[in-house]
Amino acid sequence: MTKPTEMIAPPEAILAEPPIKATHPLREMAVMFFRNYTAVFGLVLLIAILLFTFVGPLVYQTDPFEMVWAPFTRPGQDGYLFGTDYLGRDILSAMMAGGQVSMAIGLAAAVISIVIGVTVGAFAGYYGGWVEEVLMRFTEFFQVLPTLLFSMVIVALFGASLLTVTFAIGVVSWTAVARVTRSEFLRIRELEYVTAARSGSAKDAYLIFRVILPNALPPIIVQANLMVGSAILFEAALSFLGLSDPNVMSWGQVIGSNRPYILDSGFAVAIPGFAIFLTVLAISLIGDGLNDALNPKLRQR
Amino acid sequence: MNTRNSALVVEDLKVHFGGGRGLFTTKPTVHAVDGVSFSVPAGATFGIVGESGSGKTTTALAIMRLVPVTAGRVTLGNTVISELDKEDLRAARRQFQIVFQDPYSSLDPRKRAGEIVREPLDLMQIGTRAERDAKVADLFEQVGLRPEQRALFPHQFSGGQRQRLGLARALSTEPDLIVCDEPVSALDVAIQAQILNLMARLQRDLGLTYLFISHDLGVVQHICDEIAVMYLGQIVEQADRVTLFTNPQHPYTKALLAAVPMVHGNKRDRRNRIRLKGDPPSPVNLPKGCRFASRCPMAEPRCHQEVPELREIGAGHKGACLLI
Amino acid sequence: MSAPLLSVDDVVVDFKTRAGNARVLDHVSLEVASGEILGIVGESGCGKSMTALSIMGLVPSPPGKVTSGSIRLEGRELVGLSEAELCEVRGRDIGMIFQEPMSSLNPVFTVGEQIAESVRLHENASPKAAMARAVEMLRAVEIPEADLRAKAYPHQLSGGMRQRVMIAIALACRPRVLIADEPTTALDATVQAQIFDLLQDLQSETGTAIILITHDMGAIAELADRVAVMYAGRVVEKGTVDTVLSDPQHPYTKGLITCVPHLEPEPPLVRAPLPEIPGVVPALTELGMGCAFAPRCGNRIAQCGEAKPPLEATVGPHLTACWVAGP
Repeated sequence: MTKPTEMIAPPEAILAEPPIKATHPLREMAVMFFRNYTAVFGLVLLIAILLFTFVGPLVYQTDPFEMVWAPFTRPGQDGYLFGTDYLGRDILSAMMAGGQVSMAIGLAAAVISIVIGVTVGAFAGYYGGWVEEVLMRFTEFFQVLPTLLFSMVIVALFGASLLTVTFAIGVVSWTAVARVTRSEFLRIRELEYVTAARSGSAKDAYLIFRVILPNALPPIIVQANLMVGSAILFEAALSFLGLSDPNVMSWGQVIGSNRPYILDSGFAVAIPGFAIFLTVLAISLIGDGLNDALNPKLRQR
Repeated sequence: MNTRNSALVVEDLKVHFGGGRGLFTTKPTVHAVDGVSFSVPAGATFGIVGESGSGKTTTALAIMRLVPVTAGRVTLGNTVISELDKEDLRAARRQFQIVFQDPYSSLDPRKRAGEIVREPLDLMQIGTRAERDAKVADLFEQVGLRPEQRALFPHQFSGGQRQRLGLARALSTEPDLIVCDEPVSALDVAIQAQILNLMARLQRDLGLTYLFISHDLGVVQHICDEIAVMYLGQIVEQADRVTLFTNPQHPYTKALLAAVPMVHGNKRDRRNRIRLKGDPPSPVNLPKGCRFASRCPMAEPRCHQEVPELREIGAGHKGACLLI
Repeated sequence: MSAPLLSVDDVVVDFKTRAGNARVLDHVSLEVASGEILGIVGESGCGKSMTALSIMGLVPSPPGKVTSGSIRLEGRELVGLSEAELCEVRGRDIGMIFQEPMSSLNPVFTVGEQIAESVRLHENASPKAAMARAVEMLRAVEIPEADLRAKAYPHQLSGGMRQRVMIAIALACRPRVLIADEPTTALDATVQAQIFDLLQDLQSETGTAIILITHDMGAIAELADRVAVMYAGRVVEKGTVDTVLSDPQHPYTKGLITCVPHLEPEPPLVRAPLPEIPGVVPALTELGMGCAFAPRCGNRIAQCGEAKPPLEATVGPHLTACWVAGP
């Protein structure tokens, strides 16, 4: 019955064809993300906060700067859900309007820091040599500056407008992004698929933006997400110190302006504080979930 | 050197790393490739064998102009690869392509298989879009994949299939020369044969010239026409496949052959074969005389003083040893 | 054959994965006697490394689990021992060396300290005696200037040296069984030959049983006395190296031997294409009722798709699990 070795089947007899189902890596990540309950909780929380701040004002139309009732009205009293502040302004509408600003600043500042950080990190990591030396020394220069102090200087110099505050936050917080981007570039640049693209006569710009950057994105996305949270905190700190635009309502502004009366009306400080806490928590949970979903080592099983 | 009908001619190739001055340190010079010359006739397979640190992979990358060439000349057909400037090099790259060892890290995980194979065509603007698409579908069939699989991502392929993709990518620009850097050593044993047979068939059908880098003497013996043995950045012996394996002359070649476990043959004989002691010296501090002398079981005092030249020791057989 | 020192009897290991239950080891039986070298050969994913881990009590759990079967060392049952008892067994009775010596050594301790540590863990030796033993072990694995090298850190040694250190650690407590999982895959050919020589010398001196796990039939031919060929979690062929290599019965074994271009002292002038085993190893979650090799097999008959063939004697004491092979 036994047959000689050449009986091993001919190559045409390939069986076990894999299914033609192209699951995009991003889709797999999404599936992974939605399996993570805490991350989904964070996402739901964030959506709720976004609805509150952006859809809320359409339903509850009260000017946050208008004095509507007696000062220091307790939450729930006289039909004011969150009460009123020391000037008798409605805190509920201040929370909505302030949330919009806080979130916009957080997002814009994160975008600024990502753009600067990714550019600096990508060039440093890709070119290496003296380019890297110069760019990383430059990064370290920004890293060692006390961030709050530095942003205060910027705001003091250019005036306390929304634009300068956003810019100041972005400028002081890009260094972490630059470091992450550079280390990813250093790692990926040595991989064979990059060499393969080079031997396919790719130019530097193609290698940086089309080959390495897409593969370096996961940790950058996580970093960017956390950056939004820290930018919101940062804005709150500046407002608290009275360094934000006084004509624009933000959560930090509410805390800052009610600070002197904290003993009489603690709620006016506690409510925006709690809102900031919830927002940053939601963003951190999402960031954590993204980190797990984007990390291929955890995706194995 | 006879360059007639030679697809690839390498003359006195040197690749040295480091030696430059960092901001705070002076780096030592690594003599990764140190004066390598050979030529490969069109349509033939030239093998380079050696252990880690022998410079075989660096030789391959230098020929591909993927590491800077310190000195020497590399000619493919009428093109002097080693002297092309940046733009000319990009245009010339369609003539020579590379297949890598690791089928996992050599494919971009975020691109679809079809895009990966198409990438060189897109980058070099070869043909119209429709022509490129048709070409990619063709290539998939040529390497034994189904055209429908173009939509899949690399992680959905097995190791062997990934290596087929690597081959398809290398073939896309219709090159004359394909440099194969250990193309099967990361694959499972049963898959190696599939890829080696595919490579042999493609060579026959397309008239390709292969430069085949490997540490596996069995694979090299099977696929190569002529073989060079490298040790510490230099060729120590070079011959056609029959001569090299039946009549090895350099002590290092003999030791290398003796070290390979044989499936057929009596395992009790192995005690009588040459065994090397120790590890190769580092390519930073090279010894003065013959580079192999420190491990050579036959070394004489003069081996530590004189540098042996690679010279003719038989018909089409070269060796670099003072004792042959 | 004398009574086996270590016997693996009908062991089943299951892994729970998202794609379903994967039977990583499917009724695997192996035995190794004192002073013997048993080779386990197969492709990645065939279960050869998992066999080693189950002997060591290191099956990652969850998701893995030894579902049934028994593993005995000199008659003592190892399955079901507590972690503390297993710790005793590992290192003292069974040593193990791995493929990548760099990642198995701790970079912040000298190699001498690491060998001494393993001695002190299992024998109540004083630090000084343990260190003396470490130097002695380094000498035994033929590391030159052993007393100096004992003070070296792993990164200061070459790959071959590190693997020697791993062997020294594994043998420091004179185990009865040494499991070598692809010990030379990461090493160069000339260094691999040195390690093979060393393993054989050490074995003839100490009588340690060795289980050599590899994908390389050449290594098996060179070193092992008996061999077990594994495919998709099952032993498909088992016998002495001489009979299995010269007269393989299972088509997979034949394929493994012929589809790799082996170095021939007299290379043939005309090169024929290599015989191929088509396709790939199936996913363990998708195995059907029949022989796992059937889809890739050129000799398959209807029966192959219906039931798994038992491991039976075909030629003499040589066992094969194939419906088609046999007398």
